[in-house]
Amino acid sequence: MAIYTKEEAKQIMEKALSFSTADACEINMSGSESGNIRYARNTVSTAGHRSNQNLVVQSNFGKKSGTATIDEFDDESLKKVVKRAEELAKLSPENPEFMGPLGPQTYDKSITYNKASANISPEYRATVASSSIEPAAAKDVTAAGFFNDSYGFSAMMNSNGLFAYNQSTDSNFTVTMRTNDGTGSGWVSRDFNDISKFDAAKASNIAIDKAVTSREAKAIEPGKYTVILEPAASVGLLQNIGSALSARTADEGRSFMSKEGGGTKLGEKIVDERVNIWSDPLNPDVPTSTWNGAGQALKKMSWIENGVVKNLAYSRYWAEKKGVDPVPFPSNFIMQGGDASLEDLIKGTKKGILVTRLWYIRNVDPQTLLYTGLTRDGTFYIENGKIKHPVKNFRFNESPIIMLNNLETLGKQVRINGNLVPYMKVRDFTFTSLSDAV
Amino acid sequence: MKRRDFVKYAGLGSGALMMPSMLMGNNISAEALLNPGMDVAIKKSLADIALNTAKTLGASYADARIGRYLNQYVFTREDKVQNVVNTESFGIGIRVITNGTWGFASTNNVTEKGIKKATEQAVAIAKANSKIQKVPVKLAPVKSYGEVTWKTPIKKDFKKVPISEKVDLLLSANAAAMKNGANFVNSGLFMVNEQKYFASTDGSYIDQDVHRIWPTFTVTAIDRANNKFKSRQAMSAPMGMGYEYMDGLDSEKLDGPAGMKLYRGSYDMVEDAIMAAKQAKERLSAKSVEAGKYDLVLEPNHLGLTIHESVGHPLELDRVLGYEANYAGTSFATLDKWKTKNFKYGSDIVNLVADKTQVGSLGAVGYDDEGVKTKQWDLVRNGVLTNYQAIRDQVHMIDQNESHGCCYSQSWNDVQFQRMPNVSLEPGKEKYNVNDMIKDVEKGIYIAGRGSYSIDQQRYNFQFGGTAFYEIKNGAIVGMLDDVAYQSNTQEFWNSCAKICDKDDYRLFGSFFDGKGQPSQISAVSHGSSTTRFNNVNVINTGRTI
Repeated sequence: MAIYTKEEAKQIMEKALSFSTADACEINMSGSESGNIRYARNTVSTAGHRSNQNLVVQSNFGKKSGTATIDEFDDESLKKVVKRAEELAKLSPENPEFMGPLGPQTYDKSITYNKASANISPEYRATVASSSIEPAAAKDVTAAGFFNDSYGFSAMMNSNGLFAYNQSTDSNFTVTMRTNDGTGSGWVSRDFNDISKFDAAKASNIAIDKAVTSREAKAIEPGKYTVILEPAASVGLLQNIGSALSARTADEGRSFMSKEGGGTKLGEKIVDERVNIWSDPLNPDVPTSTWNGAGQALKKMSWIENGVVKNLAYSRYWAEKKGVDPVPFPSNFIMQGGDASLEDLIKGTKKGILVTRLWYIRNVDPQTLLYTGLTRDGTFYIENGKIKHPVKNFRFNESPIIMLNNLETLGKQVRINGNLVPYMKVRDFTFTSLSDAV
Repeated sequence: MKRRDFVKYAGLGSGALMMPSMLMGNNISAEALLNPGMDVAIKKSLADIALNTAKTLGASYADARIGRYLNQYVFTREDKVQNVVNTESFGIGIRVITNGTWGFASTNNVTEKGIKKATEQAVAIAKANSKIQKVPVKLAPVKSYGEVTWKTPIKKDFKKVPISEKVDLLLSANAAAMKNGANFVNSGLFMVNEQKYFASTDGSYIDQDVHRIWPTFTVTAIDRANNKFKSRQAMSAPMGMGYEYMDGLDSEKLDGPAGMKLYRGSYDMVEDAIMAAKQAKERLSAKSVEAGKYDLVLEPNHLGLTIHESVGHPLELDRVLGYEANYAGTSFATLDKWKTKNFKYGSDIVNLVADKTQVGSLGAVGYDDEGVKTKQWDLVRNGVLTNYQAIRDQVHMIDQNESHGCCYSQSWNDVQFQRMPNVSLEPGKEKYNVNDMIKDVEKGIYIAGRGSYSIDQQRYNFQFGGTAFYEIKNGAIVGMLDDVAYQSNTQEFWNSCAKICDKDDYRLFGSFFDGKGQPSQISAVSHGSSTTRFNNVNVINTGRTI
């Protein structure tokens, strides 16, 4: 087992620190046990188990720093890794931006560990696969899916007295269902810290339904449409707002958050006033560690409030340079939702398109956060409050900023890839061409 | 460490450079890189432990890969070195067929005990999975090569070049860019050495020493008054070469349109950084493109990515068959289209070849990761789809009995599977240079370098940007353009291929971090081409006002 208790981790890191001869030394330690199963063409293709453990030592002499890592924790190995980090530090040029290790910090108690999720067996994984394959085969559909679960810990200690420890469990599931005539495709994604919330059969059936109902899609003209975006569709675009939160790139003038003539958009309204985005390591649906790899405490933090940029992320170096407090990057992404269900959103739509998922999303222009990508695995035309028929997939070129300015209605929140994102109805979403892909 | 974390670690910012965790390995000291590693006789005896254990346990086939991966990365921005990283990873991966089913296990405990235990795990996994296996694995025959070796033909081993020399080169390039109008520069140098030993129950013992290098940068120019910023990527290519790629030999330079310098088998980083700064600055006030149909003249460092996405991926047999359906997707290039023997992938002048042998390419090895001697083969000949990319357990599905030799694993601890070989567009047979591509274009755009890219899950609809765009009017370049992206359909696009420069213009593009599989693995691959013209392609304007 590559999982060390708080006491065991502490002892190992104290031992490593005792070998340090540098001005300062910082140690990050982690371990995980993970298992996966992969299937395609309605049969299992690969399955595996992985055990990983790692210790990272960063030593510094003044502003010269070196890093070395090792995966064995006996005394000789610890001595060796500390020595290597020190050798590399001595060889490296000075980095004027090097900040040195933090002092002791206070962290909230995290809620990322779930006992049932730490004991997932190969048999459970096989059941997940058969929960997809059997109902798929019964409906003339072919399943291809992947389930991965992990149980891990991370810990940190430095020569300035900082110590941190956390355990977490995680599981991810995706399945693509394709009709055997090749004209329909559906997909679903689920992820949980607590495996008891996961129902593989139910999730698989959603994908099967999407596959069957998306058969023989009709082509409609690309252009600007009102869209209902499922959370799996919007999350890829929304997360890219997160990548624009760096105060430094904004100050440097090379970010969407940079302002004409200098300065940043901090305090400016950039999207619809109903948009509220924050991060919170203690949210019970999407918990994360309460500290990051640099040892900084993570707290609930508002990023966009009533459409206004509330905070930007400051590294310790940039914060010092600007005379402000450091603000760590978010560890999750939570967007406030509303009460409307997906059915409510469809019911209230005269003409529009329901999008299951957006795929192959790539940045086109960092200046405007313009992204391109395609719809996939279930795109449907809505008329007078009802789904009329499936439509062929589109390529879009759209900015999440424009999208959130064109917000019509917010629906319920759903967990997706460790984030909480609402269903959303948005007007004038830009589809630029049609795709023949199913 | 996740890919995203590494980017932060390297201080490069999103979109600048991507560095996945798989290449990380364990950091080691500079001098440890020069340790020659394990003697080949010892590797053979260790591999034999795995093969014999597997046979004793009832495996009908087994292979063992002992890998030592030594990498070095240098990251800088403007006048600062952000990080110098040396990594080492060492271990053995064992793959077996038992009861007609694959099993795989790996360990970094490369001792008799550790190898036996891992082999037992591999056999146990194969036995467990055989209960739900419907069709037994069928391997194409392969020759027994005995004890053989292969090495990337390098002139300068990156491990013998002092760190200070590498740092000085990057900082000189950064300084040159800053002096010529850049506001920011991020640069990096990736150097990879895979020392791979392969042994199988088919009787091959193959020792290979593979080298790759990638110098790159992003130069950014800013206009604060108008709140604009524009970047230009390096015109280098990742190569299957040693540090000699950094020599910047004049003999390997080509003159491109609009005063651009382009590079073949030797890269002048400082010269390119100067050009990049000037182009990034010029782009701040370049004319925004008018959307519409244009003839596109595509430079090889740009066209390579289009080849990668619209030819390389759709012709991977596992995608065609549905094994990648849940991740990368499937393919429009289905078996029924191939079986007609007249599916027009491209126009008559389009010849696309798969290759694992080309000197200087990222994909070049002597033998693949299941011990098959590498070769070159046709994918598209005279515009017609002729073949796919397939490995030992796949070729029988397309009625062939010889593996194409394109099996690869990113590391000793990941299972090998079918990966893209180099896929390249053959140069034109007529004597044409870049000016010949441009001179008869009434309304067109010359596009150089890599930019934004996106393609659907069956590889029909794609959209590509670039890093430098020039307007062509009535046979001549008239100025720089901005906000350019083209959208097309793979078959339509390749059938619009009108004219290809000859071999004198041929050079390689490369992708260092091509991803595939679940759990995802990376692979490095090159795509060669000469400057090529495609007529009447749809161009969109990507400019927006917010």
